[in-house]
Amino acid sequence: MDPTVVDRTFPPVGPYVVSTAKVTEFATATQWRGTGVPPTFPILLLNDAMLAFLADVGASLERIVHGEQRFSYRRPLVVGDELTATLRVATLRSLGGADVIGTLSTITDAAGEVVCEAKATLVHTGTTEEGAA
Amino acid sequence: MSASTGSAGSTGSADVAGVEFEPQRFTLTRADLVRYAGASGDFNPIHWSDRVAGAVGLPGVIAHGMLTLGLVGSAVAAWTGGAEVLELGAKFTAPVVVPDDEQGVVVEIAATKVTRDNGTVSIAMEVRCGADKVLGMPKAVVRG
Repeated sequence: MDPTVVDRTFPPVGPYVVSTAKVTEFATATQWRGTGVPPTFPILLLNDAMLAFLADVGASLERIVHGEQRFSYRRPLVVGDELTATLRVATLRSLGGADVIGTLSTITDAAGEVVCEAKATLVHTGTTEEGAA
Repeated sequence: MSASTGSAGSTGSADVAGVEFEPQRFTLTRADLVRYAGASGDFNPIHWSDRVAGAVGLPGVIAHGMLTLGLVGSAVAAWTGGAEVLELGAKFTAPVVVPDDEQGVVVEIAATKVTRDNGTVSIAMEVRCGADKVLGMPKAVVRG
């Protein structure tokens, strides 16, 4: 992967409106034993941000492995929030022929306030054909 | 402010401020993976097709890493009575293989170290599917 991708910020994804119906569906699917919006809910928006980033840099989706995900919250999500995710590539390193991409996505609300920061590590495995490229 | 720490093995329970951290168990079947695919929008076929999972070298259809992390969030909510989550995360280190049968697999989430300090509670965990640890450094921080 082109090392100049580091520190690049990709176009924002959203706004995504948090609805009661989607929260209920997501809570059921994650066997949620709490109240309110599950803390992994922003993955809905982050998936779109990561797909847009990967398409932009020409990475093959089938060679991407999600290695790590961490969320850091400033406040809980609530139904009605209008969220926007902006992804930045924070780090890039090579490990055994794979690119290990550290991304940092900032999720903001309608007022532009940061609600959550999400760190994801994406591992893009190379092939022997591409190994020399 | 003083800090208190509780520790427990994977089969025990940690205790902080009178809250019991009993291990939380979740069963995952193929139907649960389909449900999560629909809810999350992640339709990667390694999470529902044996053919595709086998072709990429997996031992079988595997759960979405984010589904397993979602279960971790649920365990934390159960332990803390829905306390505000400040941090949640993990590394996806080993696959949770979900067979095509009625029983599915059980994911067990145990608190291994609970540290209360400065208005927050940090919970380090161990997340297993059978004998395998499936997450690396799963950790949550909640207000409390």
